Amino acid sequence: MTVLLEARGVNVVYEPVRGVRIWSVRDVDLTLEQGEFVGLVGESGCGKSTLAFALTRMLRPPARLDGGAIKFDGVDIATVEGEALRRQRRNGFALVLQSGMNALNPVRTVEHHLGDVLKAHARKGERFSAGAVRRRGAELVDMVRLPESVLYRFPHELSGGMRQRVSIALALSLQPRFIVFDEPTTALDVIVQGAVMQTIKDLQRDQGFTAMLISHDLGVVLEATDRVMVMYAGRIVEGQPSKALLRGAHHPYTEALLGCYADPRADEVRLGEISGALPDLSLPNTGCPFEPRCRLAEAVCAEQMPPLSPLGEGTAACHVRAREVGAAVEMRSVG
Amino acid sequence: MTIVTTAPPPESPGKGVEVRVGPASEAIPTPLLFLGRALRTLWSNRKARIGLCIIGFDILIAICAPLIAPHSPTATTFTPYSGPTVANWFGTTGNGQDVFSQMIYGSRITLMVGLAAGALATLVAVTIGLVAGYRPGAVDEVLSFITNLALVIPALPLMIILAAYLQGRSIWTIVLVVAFTSWATGARVIRSQATTLRSREYVTAAVFSGERLFRIVFREILPNMTSLVAASFFGAATAAILAEASLEFLGLGNPSTVSWGTILYFAQQENALLTGQWLTIFAPGLAIALLAVSFTLVNFGVDALSNPRLREKS
Amino acid sequence: MRYRYVRRKVVLFVITLWAALTLNFLLPRLMPGSPVDAALGKLAAAGVPITNAERTAIEIQLGVPHGSLITQYWQYLTGIAHFNFGVSYSFPNETVAQAIGSAAPWTLVLVGSTTIFAFIIGTLLGVYAGWRRGKAADSVITVGATFFAGFPPFWLGLLALYWLSFKLGWFPIKGGYSPGLTPSLSLSFLADAFDHSILPALALAITSLSGWVFGMRNNMINILGEDYVTFAEANGLRTRTVALLYAARNALLPNVTAFGLSLGAIVGGAVLVEGVFGYPGLGNLLYIAVSNHDYPLMQALFLVITVSMLVAIFIVDLLYVRLDPRVGE
Repeated sequence: MTVLLEARGVNVVYEPVRGVRIWSVRDVDLTLEQGEFVGLVGESGCGKSTLAFALTRMLRPPARLDGGAIKFDGVDIATVEGEALRRQRRNGFALVLQSGMNALNPVRTVEHHLGDVLKAHARKGERFSAGAVRRRGAELVDMVRLPESVLYRFPHELSGGMRQRVSIALALSLQPRFIVFDEPTTALDVIVQGAVMQTIKDLQRDQGFTAMLISHDLGVVLEATDRVMVMYAGRIVEGQPSKALLRGAHHPYTEALLGCYADPRADEVRLGEISGALPDLSLPNTGCPFEPRCRLAEAVCAEQMPPLSPLGEGTAACHVRAREVGAAVEMRSVG
Repeated sequence: MTIVTTAPPPESPGKGVEVRVGPASEAIPTPLLFLGRALRTLWSNRKARIGLCIIGFDILIAICAPLIAPHSPTATTFTPYSGPTVANWFGTTGNGQDVFSQMIYGSRITLMVGLAAGALATLVAVTIGLVAGYRPGAVDEVLSFITNLALVIPALPLMIILAAYLQGRSIWTIVLVVAFTSWATGARVIRSQATTLRSREYVTAAVFSGERLFRIVFREILPNMTSLVAASFFGAATAAILAEASLEFLGLGNPSTVSWGTILYFAQQENALLTGQWLTIFAPGLAIALLAVSFTLVNFGVDALSNPRLREKS
Repeated sequence: MRYRYVRRKVVLFVITLWAALTLNFLLPRLMPGSPVDAALGKLAAAGVPITNAERTAIEIQLGVPHGSLITQYWQYLTGIAHFNFGVSYSFPNETVAQAIGSAAPWTLVLVGSTTIFAFIIGTLLGVYAGWRRGKAADSVITVGATFFAGFPPFWLGLLALYWLSFKLGWFPIKGGYSPGLTPSLSLSFLADAFDHSILPALALAITSLSGWVFGMRNNMINILGEDYVTFAEANGLRTRTVALLYAARNALLPNVTAFGLSLGAIVGGAVLVEGVFGYPGLGNLLYIAVSNHDYPLMQALFLVITVSMLVAIFIVDLLYVRLDPRVGE
């Protein structure tokens, strides 16, 4: 399979005018293959949205990319700026924001939004008449399962779910090869959530673009995606195929996360929690960031950063688990 | 189905968190502490700092006026209509009064009117705004209507009319007239903020716990509006200073008092421009402008305090 | 088309109009001393002959020493409907209505053009300052606007008058038109009138500019943090499109609401500036009226100014409906 996006050593730092610098993404390596549907999960503040913005070059001051290489289809996009960057968004990467509620300009109708996008990326000689915009618009809103009348509405005349679908349609209008969905259904109620997620899944399957779904809701992600990455304190601590993760996690943090989801049909429902708090992101990290809250923590965990090593069908960054697997492999090879 | 919560293990104190117990500052009353802290934060904003300096300078001049002014402002002992000389740095008026001394003493009235009218207008604005914002229904409707009416009626013409009718009385007439016409802007802003705060949970909690209305308004709502009230005050003070100058210039104030506005009035009456005494026009006007600007600058600092997005890199 | 909103605004307009008229009615009657006696006394002292009808008109405007309040109120309202405001003793040969009638167009032109000019320039500067926030352009614009905001408009007018008219002779010194000319709609007169209006207009415009600049700049900064701006950039829209059609267009809305209200301040400024330049508008008339304690004229002027403001605000409110699709839903 061809690699579409390759990121190495991505760091993102927040430099507020007054106050300490905070690294919200540290040392992230990431590879996405064409046509994959990847999920990125973690608790609030773990840096997943920041990472998404970094990958789509949407970081704004005081946040900034602090070293690292990002290659999109072989082209380095980490250092591209201005007009060249803007053109990358046609047939390149796209971002769908969390609050579909607020992602649309209140004073412009949907068809005007679409017209703006199409005209902004028009090539030499390409003209978009009102009729052409409407035709393309009809196609796009049909793709996201909305009626054509939506084109003539203002954002405040649409429900939250409809606005989210319109956002997706606008992102699709540029025929991107990579779309990041940042918490697309968090602001919606459960029933609408299911419908929108189904639409996203179908679109990804039919159109074949590479998708990244960001959410703090593990359930939604595991259901929709092929592969899941777990983030903690700005680092990726585990990556597994979704089905494998459902069966069992390797990193203690992922385990704890899964443990927070209880079976409501059980006789006794134990609500798990992970005690402690996120580490201070302004201090340089020595050792595993999860160490203070980890029930498996050992001395080496506080001193050395665990690398992402192969565990199960994917990778995880844990000294203890890696050692267990290594021991098991040894035992098997010996015995 | 029973729900069991797993008890978390005892927490160890997080890294890098220090709990410091300082000496109890009971000696300094809370409002002063608050003022000190507010001034310190304003000082950190460059624009506000400049504004505070100018205001401080003017206050200093006003307080030390008898010590600084070389002559009495009203003594008509000098040659009238003379330009700047060694004895009269800014020249003299048509009545033979020293303009420089008038400028120094004039700071007192101008400052006093500006601050007093601003404070009075803000007081009215806060009262009306809070009551209207906190009590929905008939009270709110009536007060809002009155506020809108006061907003729509042009301020300066109304001030002119009122001052013309009430002419010849004390300087406090001016203060009252100015305050009466400038409370509405602040009231509208405070009312909308009070309406927002009214539905916040901590207010609902206070109501449910039986706190009396007075305490709720002053303990829960008002402290969350301090920057708004401060901004309102500085805005009202700016308007008051300019209004006082305008009224005096038109001859509607009390010509027997010495303020920067009356200096302008007499200068205009005596056709200072035609006699080449432009300094008598330039100096008081510049002083008024600088003072008005300084209040606006301080307001920049207040704005930046309340809206982090507006904070600048200074 | 949003009938309910428009209907509400019309009702509000009518009620506010009534309240303003009533306030105008009550004002001279609440003042200490007796303005009506003073007015009548002044007229008598000046030897100005007045007809009974004119005397009644003045009494109605300022307060009859006797008679019930309700009948006075009714007569007041009918008097206004007939534009009968009485006689002014500053202009012995004219009724108040005539004096106001000849002064009004001057102020309309001055205030009207200045306001529109200041609004457009101020808004554009504010957009630019907000878009380029923190950079040199922003600081220059903000500091400049702050600086000019504190200037009393009459002071700026006086200085301009001194340096540019008196000393340098670039502009005419006083009046709305050169002495000796009669007002007409001829091109030469209009050109002359325009020449005379430049300095007052500039003085007014510069001092009122800053309000727009700040309002717009702050709105821009707030709007730029909104998600739809981020999304527009994520979709690769050109910078200019985002700045104007997405950010500025939305940031403009609160400013338009403020526009109507700010007219009061501009009218106030016009009063002062006209006085300085002797520009024959309503402001100058008020200046003269106040200097002469000409109460009938003062009252009528106040009424005219207030009602014009109300009408202007009403028109702006109606215009706002076209600008913001969310209103009235």
